[in-house]
Amino acid sequence: MTMIKKTPKQSTLQGIKSLFVGLKVTGRNFVMPQITTHYPRKEVSNLATYRGHVDLVPKEDDPMTSKCILCGQCAKACPSNCIELVIRKEEVEPPPDEEAQPDSGSKEEATAKSAPKKKKVKRILDAFMLNYNLCSLCGQCVQTCPVDSLEFSTNSYLAGFTREEFIFDLLERMRNKQKASSSG
Amino acid sequence: MLHYAHEQLQGDYYTRAFQAGAQEDTLIINMGPQHPSTHGVLRIILELHGEYILRAEPVLGYVHRMQEKMGEVKTYPQYLANMGRVDYLHALAWNWAYVRAVEQLLELEVPERAEYVRVITCELNRITSHLLWWGAYLLDLGAFTPIMYGFADRERAMDLLQIITGSRLTYCYYTFGGVTADLTPQFIDGTKDFCKYMRTRLPMYKDLVTDNMILRHRVDDIGIISVDMARRYGVTGPNLRGSGVEHDLRRNTPYSIYDRFDFEIPAYEECDALARYLVRMDEMEQSISIIEQAIQSLPEGPVMPPKMPKVIKPPKGEAYGEVEGARGVIGIHVISDGTATPYRIKLRAPSFSNLSLFAEVSKGILLADAVSILGSLDLVIPEIDR
Ligand code: SF4
Ligand code: SF4
Repeated sequence: MTMIKKTPKQSTLQGIKSLFVGLKVTGRNFVMPQITTHYPRKEVSNLATYRGHVDLVPKEDDPMTSKCILCGQCAKACPSNCIELVIRKEEVEPPPDEEAQPDSGSKEEATAKSAPKKKKVKRILDAFMLNYNLCSLCGQCVQTCPVDSLEFSTNSYLAGFTREEFIFDLLERMRNKQKASSSG
Repeated sequence: MLHYAHEQLQGDYYTRAFQAGAQEDTLIINMGPQHPSTHGVLRIILELHGEYILRAEPVLGYVHRMQEKMGEVKTYPQYLANMGRVDYLHALAWNWAYVRAVEQLLELEVPERAEYVRVITCELNRITSHLLWWGAYLLDLGAFTPIMYGFADRERAMDLLQIITGSRLTYCYYTFGGVTADLTPQFIDGTKDFCKYMRTRLPMYKDLVTDNMILRHRVDDIGIISVDMARRYGVTGPNLRGSGVEHDLRRNTPYSIYDRFDFEIPAYEECDALARYLVRMDEMEQSISIIEQAIQSLPEGPVMPPKMPKVIKPPKGEAYGEVEGARGVIGIHVISDGTATPYRIKLRAPSFSNLSLFAEVSKGILLADAVSILGSLDLVIPEIDR
């Protein structure tokens, strides 16, 4: 239930008393342990859940390549156009064992077989550029990625002097991180 | 001797228009746009006679970021990130208003657990907003210590919200149909502890500040906003409840699952700054109670509907989503023309209406009281400008 209340009124005596009550609170806090953190010497404890810029996730079986399937959906979903995929196309010979498939006899396959064999074009990720200057950490890219290839880093101490320092190649970052972790 | 161009001495458009109506022997000054008590870039032109204000006129637009126009060029999910930036103190309420509007367009059913998660996080965010207001208001009135206590407690709540949302201020956590991440046990335990802790802190706030004689003299009978004036300007939220009207969307048109909780709508009949102050202090207590009830009855289940469309493309039509924010009624009107981009988005910001009455309420008062009134209105300037 709701009721419209009256603001409590105060007599002068109560008012004077309130000053001493306030002093008591201050006095109690004066002898309490310090709650702030002396920063460079100590770190705050809540950094683990911090969500920094996005990072690529490596494949489990091959830590030097990312899970990314180059679909470009993250770049499209991003409200600030932070993400750019640098894709190189490479023609590769189709592996010979492809012809030795058991014949299923379907019509499509028959036509595919009769067509002149094309060279397969493989798309290779050269760089995964993130312009962190524009990023609003909204998480749209992470949510849209169909193969969970993106995650948030937890680096809260990121700082730099120029804008260029905040344009990352996430692929390179991922590889460097993997190298460091495997050697270390 | 410095020489100014003639136009420079004339001032900008607002100054010239304001000067035109000035009386003799009065002083016109600018309060802001960099005044500490305006909390952001709000400029108020004042005409003073001694210490008394004869006229006041707020000048807006210093942090105008075209939030509404941006809605017309971004897709529905892309616009989610904007919501946290409209009102950075109660970002989740804006998140909620927008997703409510789009959910109505899409006719999406929100899973029950997601509704609970939304209530818990939104109320937690309301407490952080009120705590910041509390500290900053008292700072305006000349008391430095309270903001330290307020921030220490607010920090705890923000740590909790960071666990699930990943950010500390400009959250982008709700999404169409649910929320982006489920609550973790760490969050739930932390929130339970926080509620217990806050119940010990609020009486301390009362002893230290609310009952304080000096504060009483600064807020009692200052800035009377009558119900009639409040209605004329469309004031909502704690400011309206401080004028003795029990209007709260959570109770009047219960959205989401607010009808399942037992809570009070604090309202005071005095219409002054003290009444508005007390409404917010009581509201924090009510929010704690809502959070505790919600955590206790938190159901298991998914936080997203099982079938989500891959591309958000609502059918033609319009929808209006409104929620009760820390400053009043937040309303978002979305018009869809059937494409992936909204045709029009209109944001109703409560602070805009709350500020509009300042010109009227500040007539004939002391300059120092104007600071007290501005603070008691709990304005967030980016929300006013949008
Ligand atoms: S977090 Fe948002 S703004 Fe940042 S890269 Fe991802 S989609 Fe773009
Ligand atoms: S959405 Fe995922 S898989 Fe697709 S390009 Fe982006 S990171 Fe790669």
